[in-house]
Amino acid sequence: MSVTSAIELVYLEARLIDEKRFDEWYDLFTADALYWMPLSRDQPLSEAHTSLFYEDKLLLKVRIERLRHPHAYSQQQPSFCQHVLQQPAFEGEPASGLCVLRTPFVYVEAQRDRQLMLAGVVYHHLVSSSGDWRIQMKKIELLNRDAALPSIELLL
Amino acid sequence: MNRYGADPASIRGLVRPDCIHRDVYLDPELFDLEMARLWRNAWIYVGHDSQVPASGDFYTAQLGREPVIMVRGADSKVRVLPNRCSHKGTKLVGPVQGKCEAGVLRCPYHGWTYRLDGTLRSVPLKAGYAGVASDNADPLHGLPEVNSFNYRGFVFARLATQGVGFQEFFGDSLSSIDNMVNRSPQGRLEVAGGVLRYLHDCNWKMYVENLNDAMHPMVAHESSAGTAKRLWSSQAADAPKPMVIEQFSPFVNDYEFFEKMGVKVYPNGHSYTGVNFSIHSSYSSVGEYERRMIAAYGEDRARAILSEARHNTVYYPSLTIKGAIQAIRVARPIAVDKTIIESWTFRLVGAPEEMLARTNTYSRLINAPTSMVGHDDLHCYRAIQEGLASASSEWVSLHRNFNPAHSAGAGGTFGATNEAPMRGQYHAWAELMTRGGDAPA
Repeated sequence: MSVTSAIELVYLEARLIDEKRFDEWYDLFTADALYWMPLSRDQPLSEAHTSLFYEDKLLLKVRIERLRHPHAYSQQQPSFCQHVLQQPAFEGEPASGLCVLRTPFVYVEAQRDRQLMLAGVVYHHLVSSSGDWRIQMKKIELLNRDAALPSIELLL
Repeated sequence: MNRYGADPASIRGLVRPDCIHRDVYLDPELFDLEMARLWRNAWIYVGHDSQVPASGDFYTAQLGREPVIMVRGADSKVRVLPNRCSHKGTKLVGPVQGKCEAGVLRCPYHGWTYRLDGTLRSVPLKAGYAGVASDNADPLHGLPEVNSFNYRGFVFARLATQGVGFQEFFGDSLSSIDNMVNRSPQGRLEVAGGVLRYLHDCNWKMYVENLNDAMHPMVAHESSAGTAKRLWSSQAADAPKPMVIEQFSPFVNDYEFFEKMGVKVYPNGHSYTGVNFSIHSSYSSVGEYERRMIAAYGEDRARAILSEARHNTVYYPSLTIKGAIQAIRVARPIAVDKTIIESWTFRLVGAPEEMLARTNTYSRLINAPTSMVGHDDLHCYRAIQEGLASASSEWVSLHRNFNPAHSAGAGGTFGATNEAPMRGQYHAWAELMTRGGDAPA
């Protein structure tokens, strides 16, 4: 497993969302993956607390399919997004077959005259799977997660 | 332009028996009057007493435009106080929640301190005030306690010093809170799981009306709930349904389902859907939870509590609750076209933690700023806010199942697609907007 390919995966993952290549994006995740955006600071990984996103592959599939649905009214005027990533850094030594990357980001979501800008840090938990890295968990720590937020229509 | 402030008849003229004037959603002057009158004359939800478990614990909120502190006193009583120093008007408490240092509220500006019941405790160099007391609302009298009522943990306040009492205002609609609390084997709830705060760029009333609107789910939520249902449909009929599928799917039940669930309307704008059953009725049962309920209440009473699965109860104007899943939403109006919707979740004290996970899952799926369901609801509210700018009609329809022989303020039980809840809300709106008392103009 090359270190470069793990970093490249983080960049690719963001790019696939920005380009709305959601099927390719979906395939980057393992079958038991979790896409998680906690609501509070230092929130344990547990359903005893509410989250902004806490999605398994079934829910991610619903989300992708809904974005394509002709009656997804909030997206008939489509939103677009742009991730700007700092260089991913390894959190600790990458163990064999497993690594965690930390990437500060800015995320901009635009829908015609509206624009929303969010910032935070994303953690990718990657596992090796038949010669490729796959995402087992994507954890997004939003800077202003306690703010009254407007609709976040796409995926961070 | 002041068209409405001095003219109660012009306000009443905005509400007809079967329609309302668009100004109720659009006019900034009416919003100012709502904050000065309706949100002072009505009982507004402040918070839950489990947020302030010990003496000196506080939680702050804004009721209409007014900052308040909910604080537990040395005597364990929960009081609501204005968050305003009686000296210069400084907001006394800055953080949303916390614990008072040394058991007093201390102003960050000149150091005046107050006891937890609002009485003045100390003023630096107090001698300077000897013999020079203000003849009007002497600040040395301390913080005037706001009328509040703690109903089974739910703390409400009425800012107007005179008006309708708590029990009279809510009447039998309080049975929905009873059912939510009784779902705990110990008869007690605790705030748990954090608060989702969703900024809505729409008038607060669009949100409140939608909670008992049974004609929109199958349309607005086709893309989210319909997709979830479709994706699961290829599974075997006896495959165990994930909780998210169980929670999403009933949103796209047919019109007959929503009509037959029934709606009960009370005086003063309150109502609930789900008189007979609701979208929460068919959730899988949790065996350990049922065992604990039966142990606590006995078989018959436990079954009676659990079979009551109301949909949304509206405690007009500020609070809506889902007793069947222990989640509430609070409307906090900011401007005529801006509202914060807070979603709070509760632990059923004495129940397995699995119940809290169910509650949190629902709240996240439906009420979060990231919710696929919420996105389409908010899209529709925004579309109303924008569409009403059209002068093609000044009136908004409330005339589904309208019966001229029936007074909108009287309440009753109806098929749930009846617009009686909205007519009841606007009957209350006109009353609360024109009531005397001490509300400032």
